[in-house]
Amino acid sequence: MTTSFIHPSLILIIGALILPFIREPFRKLYLTMVPLMTLLAVVFINMNPGIHGVISFMGGDWTLTFGRVDSLSIIFGFIMALMAVIGTIYGLHVKDNWQHIAAWFYVAGSLGAIYCGDYLVLFLFWEMMAFASTFLIWFNSEKGALAAGYRYLLVHTFGGVILLLGFVLRYQAVGDLAFVQLDEQNTHLYTWLILAGLMLNAAVPPLHSWLPDAYSKATITGAVFMCAFTTKTAIYTLARAFAGFDILIILGVVMAIYGIIYALRENDIRRLLAWEIVSQVGYMVCGVGIGTALAINGTCAHAFAHILYKSLLFMAAGAVVHATGKTKFTELGGLYAKMPNTLFFMIIGGVSVSAFPFFSGFVSKSMIISASFESHLLWVGFLLTVVSAGTFLVAGLRLPYLIFFGESRCSEETLEKACDPPWNMHMAMGAAAFLCLLVGIYLPFLYNMLPYPEVSYHPYGSYHLSETFQILVFTGITFFFLKGKIGAKATISLDLDWFYRLGGRGFLWLAKNPIQWIDTMLGKAYRVIGLTPLMTTAKFWSWFDWHGIDGVVDGSARCVRALGKRVTVVMQRGQIQQTIYISITFAAILLISFVWL
Amino acid sequence: MIVDLIDFLKKHQQTVRVYCIIAIAIMLVWSFVGVDTHHAHTWMEVYIPGFWSIFTLISCVVLIFFSLWLGKSGIETREDYYDN
Repeated sequence: MTTSFIHPSLILIIGALILPFIREPFRKLYLTMVPLMTLLAVVFINMNPGIHGVISFMGGDWTLTFGRVDSLSIIFGFIMALMAVIGTIYGLHVKDNWQHIAAWFYVAGSLGAIYCGDYLVLFLFWEMMAFASTFLIWFNSEKGALAAGYRYLLVHTFGGVILLLGFVLRYQAVGDLAFVQLDEQNTHLYTWLILAGLMLNAAVPPLHSWLPDAYSKATITGAVFMCAFTTKTAIYTLARAFAGFDILIILGVVMAIYGIIYALRENDIRRLLAWEIVSQVGYMVCGVGIGTALAINGTCAHAFAHILYKSLLFMAAGAVVHATGKTKFTELGGLYAKMPNTLFFMIIGGVSVSAFPFFSGFVSKSMIISASFESHLLWVGFLLTVVSAGTFLVAGLRLPYLIFFGESRCSEETLEKACDPPWNMHMAMGAAAFLCLLVGIYLPFLYNMLPYPEVSYHPYGSYHLSETFQILVFTGITFFFLKGKIGAKATISLDLDWFYRLGGRGFLWLAKNPIQWIDTMLGKAYRVIGLTPLMTTAKFWSWFDWHGIDGVVDGSARCVRALGKRVTVVMQRGQIQQTIYISITFAAILLISFVWL
Repeated sequence: MIVDLIDFLKKHQQTVRVYCIIAIAIMLVWSFVGVDTHHAHTWMEVYIPGFWSIFTLISCVVLIFFSLWLGKSGIETREDYYDN
């Protein structure tokens, strides 16, 4: 390892491990400093592109690459570290250290996956992300969060296993673990397995249902982290290995439309925003699929802009949930006089996602649409423009309207509780809002970081402005006349998670009925056939044990018991989440050693 | 400050509406006559005046009614559907 390379994830991990020992009044300062130092570390390694942090083991046969810093990882690493700072400031008021630790491990996983150079390191950080983020759901005390966390964990473990299977097969075939662009002309089973594993994290249909399910159940601060990292890290990995794969164009467009349709019907604030993520990530998946320099630039730019405005929207939605405790439109409405600052930030987020001129979405989204027109994919360009209008309809109009305007559906209690959030949330939202504007106004800030800086793009042409104004104005007019059709309604919309939710119930039934029956029968048979010979043998062994082994064993048994007690105290606290965490980590280590040693 | 502004606009809804219509009209006239369609993506945008206005209007209506239809076709259900 070169001496100058400090992996930014390491700062977060060490910072998280030290956090429990830090006491007030230094705790808040410490909480801000660790992500800031991570950001500094990212900026520092971004200034020195190249391959860093290569570790060889097993006599140099194997190498792990922790620090591949190139034009693609630079922009993603920077925005993730920046988001870590904003997210941590937003959560400064949270007293529970474990939440911060989980969030930092989550970010560390994301940064690790972005700077990694081979599949083994990618897998390590990929799983770290999945596990750490599961805790961000479990820490929520809301009803249903525990179950949602389990579903999230199971789905992501499944995705991780597919990815593992994919790259192990690839290793067998080509003898190489390097995480590089795969060949579209020459695909194998492993290509599709790796693609499916990565697509699951990007929430590409039909592997998308975990996203709205989990993000709406996470803690308020946890959701702000989750909306940024998992899907965008997956976009990075797709851009790294699958740029130009045609199937991603189709899936991206499907995803963009699917998300908007569901968002139009949604009654839960954070689920609506989660569907909106599915839709926006659809643009990026599509951009990766188009694969031209402009499209990849657009994907990176849109991921960058998306993280900022989507986190802003999640922060503003979180502020509403934080103050009122309500998450449904049917229990909110007319709150503008109570939470004016939150309204302001939500509008900034909404106009950014809707691609208003001078806001971040305008300079990034259009790049992907232009790329599709330039590649003569007219249907893609037109459909993505439809989604553009739908985005404004959902996030720019429906969302703020149903929370802050219109008739008030709040109870007395909700109205009384509603107020603007604490100062740290204001600060984080202010920073994100400022960055949304900065990206939209000062183009070099974002454009100079893009992977192909030689491809020029000018969003502020008069034609593009006129096109955007028409789209925005006429979406507004449609909303004005049809807002009754997409009002608040106390329903949920069934989605593909139906299958595994009810699949789980089927499994439970199976376990309770036929399997239980078989178990009982086997037990009976065993008692009749097996017990007598067993008793005889047991008598002999008992004699042998008594006379022979006891002396030797007793001594060691005492040692083991003493040790076991310690282990039990540390590792088994009776909390099933922790037990699962430890045993799955152990299983992963076993699996890896089995495969590689 | 924000609250005062919103209350002020609410109080003068009629005036706000008139100003909005004037603004929309100016925008439309500008896009019909003032904009250089040199950067248009397809021939449709060049030859159909206000192409994106019509396009948006249709797409929004389609999106809204399609989601309504989809909801009614069976995917929309009661909130405690997954509770035992």
